[in-house]
Amino acid sequence: MLAEFLQYLFTGITIGATYALIALGFTLIYNASHVINFAQGEFLMIGGMATVSLTAMGVPMILAVVLAVILAGILGVALQRFAIAPAKQADVVTLIIITIGASIFIRGIAQVVWGKEYHVMQNFSTDQPIQVFGAVLNSQSLWVLGIGAILVVGLVLFFTKTLIGKAILATSMNKEAARLVGIRTQMVLMLAFMVSALLGSVAGIVVAPITFTSYDIGIILGLKGFVAAAIGGLGSGVGAVVGGLSLGIVEAMAAGYISSDYKDAVAFSMILLVLFFMPRGLFGAKVVERV
Amino acid sequence: MLNTFMQSRLRGLMILALILIILPAFLGNPFHYELVTQMAIIAATVVGLNLLVGFAGQISLGHAGFFGLGAYFTGIATGTYGWPSVPALVVGAIVVGFIAWIVGRPILRLKGHYLSMATLAVGFIIAIILNNERALTGGPDGMPVPAFEVFGWELSAFGSYSLFGIDIEGFQAWYIFASVVLLVAVWFALNLIESPIGRALRSVHGSEVAASVVGVNTAKYKSLVFVISAIYASLMGSLYAHFQGFITPAVASFEFSILFITMVVLGGMGSTFGVIIGAVVLKLLPQVLADFQELEHVMFGLILMLTMIFMPKGLLPTLTAFVSRKMRKKAGGEA
Repeated sequence: MLAEFLQYLFTGITIGATYALIALGFTLIYNASHVINFAQGEFLMIGGMATVSLTAMGVPMILAVVLAVILAGILGVALQRFAIAPAKQADVVTLIIITIGASIFIRGIAQVVWGKEYHVMQNFSTDQPIQVFGAVLNSQSLWVLGIGAILVVGLVLFFTKTLIGKAILATSMNKEAARLVGIRTQMVLMLAFMVSALLGSVAGIVVAPITFTSYDIGIILGLKGFVAAAIGGLGSGVGAVVGGLSLGIVEAMAAGYISSDYKDAVAFSMILLVLFFMPRGLFGAKVVERV
Repeated sequence: MLNTFMQSRLRGLMILALILIILPAFLGNPFHYELVTQMAIIAATVVGLNLLVGFAGQISLGHAGFFGLGAYFTGIATGTYGWPSVPALVVGAIVVGFIAWIVGRPILRLKGHYLSMATLAVGFIIAIILNNERALTGGPDGMPVPAFEVFGWELSAFGSYSLFGIDIEGFQAWYIFASVVLLVAVWFALNLIESPIGRALRSVHGSEVAASVVGVNTAKYKSLVFVISAIYASLMGSLYAHFQGFITPAVASFEFSILFITMVVLGGMGSTFGVIIGAVVLKLLPQVLADFQELEHVMFGLILMLTMIFMPKGLLPTLTAFVSRKMRKKAGGEA
């Protein structure tokens, strides 16, 4: 009984932590530019795939991770610079289609470079699972949670303690005012995309040993991250973390106790339920509409 | 004023009809006919979606869900239970319209990205149900659908018929049928747009708060147009199922929903003829890009991005603006 419950909980928290990181990426970009980046999942894919292929070429693991993260970061900046920035007056839907076009493009390249097969990544440390009250915990789960926690703390410090972080916050609050006090908002937007890409790629790397990785893994992971961000309330950092973890746990419980066929339906039913009662998510900002 | 409006509305419809009549001269083989018939059915769906997205300004990222429901209702009713095609199509549309009405009421209160999220979720849930209820839908493997038939008269892409004394093949008969359906779909949409309902919808698009202040019941109109666009999708899904003869849950997939909304945005939101062009381009592009083989998706993504960056208003509105600017310049030069 307890063992079963713990087992589902471990699975849920692990995948939930990944969702939380993706949701944070959405949140960052949304706050800075009010764009929902449908290419967010591709950062995860790039992180995982690049690390796998670099280590296969004999590059040491640490170096492979760093290179993969840098690659994703460059991609994030390029996405903002070449796809989002030139279309700044475009409609919300138009911007969505642009990011979807970008994700098809990135996925297409990944397919050419890495093929369509699934790729396996080794656990960071031991393959030996850890026994907790009869439940089995994959050691990689601890890596996911640990690195997830470090990233969240790092983000909080970045936004509250550093000048660059504060500049991003200021831009998200009021772009015009931020520009007036001398913040280069164009720079800030690029930075937001870069940080978001870094987050995504790290999430993609740490979770790869558990889920495997392939060129199209970004679609569903990205969507789940969007669901998590919307549950928490778009634009809320706390909401992204809470939304991600709760989505992961509910999903794992539903898969375990109800039906694994309907695992994905649970995520989407959950978001509908939340939005019916709280149209701006759990922690979403109240907005007064001006005419 | 009204007169010129009527004329321009009819003119567009006439041009479309003319194109549909001339087109067979350029179609060489059954495969071409199949492609164009699919285009017409998809275009009619997108014309319905455009009423919601282009005129009422509400985003739907889950419209393939309704298309898929219509397709499967027809498939199950005619295939498994032996219903005639037309009642299946009509009852399917009523059921889907009702579902859209139930779902639409809470969803359409949402704004912007939350609305996209919710419609995406509805579409996903429908696709997952179609995938998992194997006993009813055949699961991921799909299910066969009988040919379309009216009063014992069967319309099959593989049959041959005689129309007004001219012998035609089944795929040609389907082309004619789909063309008529598209024309009716466009005619209905154009009339709706110019009706008081259409005006109310556009006011919702402009500013929802302002519209409700001047007495437009925004909730009612949004839900009405949501239901209408869902019925469009359901009807076209039913026809698509009959035409293909086989359906899989892919007809309700997220990718299909994205394709629909992309057709609307690429062709030009709010332009009925623009979104038809969007449908044609996006159905045609993979055929053209197939030559690039493994680079197909790279090219597709790139073209999509570039078009939207440089023509954010969509193909047709950008082109007409361009042409009329040229014309004005020319007229100015002569004067």
